[in-house]
Amino acid sequence: MLNPRLLSVVRKEFIQIVRDPRTLALTFAMPIIQLFLLGFAATSDVRQVPLAVWDQDRSAASRSLVDAYRAADYFQVAYEADNEAQVRRLVDRGDARAGLVIPPDYGRRLLDGQTATVAFVIDGSDPTVAGTALAAATLIGQAKGAQLSLERLARRGAAVAGMARPPLEVRTRVWFNPDLVSAYYMVPALIGLILQFLTVILTATAIVRERERGTIEQLIVTPIRSWELVVGKLTPYVVIGFMDTVLILFAGMLIFGVPVNGSIPLLLVLSGLFLVTTLGLGLFISTIASTQQEAMITALFFNLPAIFLSGFFFPLAAMPTILQWLSYLIPLRWFLIIVRGIVLKGVGMEALWPQVAALAVFAVLIMGGAALRFHKRLD
Amino acid sequence: MMQSASAAAGAEDAVILAQGLRRAYGAVQAVDGVSLAVRPGEAYGLLGPDGAGKTTFIRLLVGALRPDAGRAVISGFDLATATEAARATIGYLAGRFSLYGDLTVAENLRFFGQVRGLGGSELNSRARELLGFVGLNGFEAWRAEQLSGGMKQKLGLACALIHRPKVLLLDEPSSGLDPLTRRDLWHLITRVLGEGAAVLVSTPYMDEAARCGRIGLLRAGRLVAEGRPGDLTAPLIGRVLELSAGPRRVVQQVAAADPDVREVLAFGDRFHLLVSDAEGPLARLPQALRAAGAQVERLRSIAPSLEDAFISLYSEAPSVSSPEAAARHG
Repeated sequence: MLNPRLLSVVRKEFIQIVRDPRTLALTFAMPIIQLFLLGFAATSDVRQVPLAVWDQDRSAASRSLVDAYRAADYFQVAYEADNEAQVRRLVDRGDARAGLVIPPDYGRRLLDGQTATVAFVIDGSDPTVAGTALAAATLIGQAKGAQLSLERLARRGAAVAGMARPPLEVRTRVWFNPDLVSAYYMVPALIGLILQFLTVILTATAIVRERERGTIEQLIVTPIRSWELVVGKLTPYVVIGFMDTVLILFAGMLIFGVPVNGSIPLLLVLSGLFLVTTLGLGLFISTIASTQQEAMITALFFNLPAIFLSGFFFPLAAMPTILQWLSYLIPLRWFLIIVRGIVLKGVGMEALWPQVAALAVFAVLIMGGAALRFHKRLD
Repeated sequence: MMQSASAAAGAEDAVILAQGLRRAYGAVQAVDGVSLAVRPGEAYGLLGPDGAGKTTFIRLLVGALRPDAGRAVISGFDLATATEAARATIGYLAGRFSLYGDLTVAENLRFFGQVRGLGGSELNSRARELLGFVGLNGFEAWRAEQLSGGMKQKLGLACALIHRPKVLLLDEPSSGLDPLTRRDLWHLITRVLGEGAAVLVSTPYMDEAARCGRIGLLRAGRLVAEGRPGDLTAPLIGRVLELSAGPRRVVQQVAAADPDVREVLAFGDRFHLLVSDAEGPLARLPQALRAAGAQVERLRSIAPSLEDAFISLYSEAPSVSSPEAAARHG
């Protein structure tokens, strides 16, 4: 349908976007900067945690234990300490994030068939690092313990061929992101984050700008219909939303090697559905705010809780029940499941329809409500 | 009052018709029951100081604001029910620059033309014609924000005229413009009138209002007088004296003390005295002034100006604070 009034607004809006360096920078620089920040810096992968070792035993057995920690990618034996104070100082200064203390009788107790105890200290100030380090340290210790028991059994001559093996072995296999690379998880979700952040602010300020600069007054007096004005103003931001989606997707593939397992057209269609909710929110904000600054702050007021409750930074499963319930009201939460599902798992509508249905409901409610509030008047 | 009679009489062929329009902002009654009618080819000057309700009234006439009471009918379309049909016949120049500063002159014209349903060669030729009309030939590629104040207003007028409106509403079109540019703008408005459009122009300037066929005086949201410029000054004939005398302070004191002098207005090196009766002051004042030590050059009865009429109407109304504020000069 070629509606000349609608087209004229779209054309005008594009000209204004292209001529406004601030909008352009926000549109194209922000996704790339965020991509780098989140892809490289905000990774929660814990690797090579610096470890201080105080080995008081210095036996073959103790060296073998230290080697077990050294072999795992999680730790890097950074310091050999000579006393407890030194370990404490290293951890206090943050030079070491963990400390391993082996008592002087470690080797002897093992030989005597007794239980040997070692101490493992972890700097808990960063819960993510501490959590991973704790799990890794425990696992390495248990594995080493099991190996020692088997060796002990073997020495006692109970070594029937089949018995020198652990009775149970759990073979884990991680699907979709086998190496547990954070970037694979973060980059697809960044599409949702950017769309949420950018399009809400851009649409809200673009509409409020007409009011702030007084141009709305001239528009009001033209016979353009409210819906033509709204659709005309929003259309360029739909285009920007799609461009950013594709930009992040390809940059993610090229720079971080994120595998795109699912259908890109499906992703674009569902991004469009999600965009309806964010543009609707932007439109709604434009009916509340009277200056661009107010619009920015109001957008932030809506965006920050949406991002925190979306499961982007913090896993939803770890949140208190009430916040989990609240998160159901956040369209971004549903879209993150969709985008991660398509990109990482390669799933389609057969798996995603509940999320798509939820998004569709929000799209109708938010855009419909905002459109009802939008009037072609000054009051 | 005059305006109710004329609004009723002009209702049949009026293209701008306001009937009892009211609009309040909180406790402030910005427009308080204004009725008026303007016919095709007629220029109506809405004269009033800042805050009199001119802008609010014009916004009610274009449907940018909704009235609390009353109705506005533009080109026969009721603004409340046939809003867009009414707007299709309106050309509007807002008091504040309201074109797109980041679009060029040509793009602004094109945009408002397209939004008004023009296109193709029709739009191109109309845009070219208007650029010539307002004297902006050669500035097509300039961003609107780069234009001078007068050029901005001319571009605004061109955008308002792009669809050949039957009704042209101008809110203080020449505020802040130099005298030459104001004259240019009025030439343009006169030509639009010649093409049969009805023009309503608000202004705080007397001389500008005097160019209109009819004037309405707006005070605190009410139309306190309406008529041709001659009608408005008629009640003051024989009631305005011009006095050349000094020093200033003594003259003001002595003149104001005369029982028949209602208002003393300073006009540069002269004074206008609004009097209830001319005979008494003409006889008494020269002696009284000389007795107080003033030099009297001349005291005579003069023909009342629109400004005298305006100030007399304002000073008779107790709610207006100061005539100086009311009589902002152009």
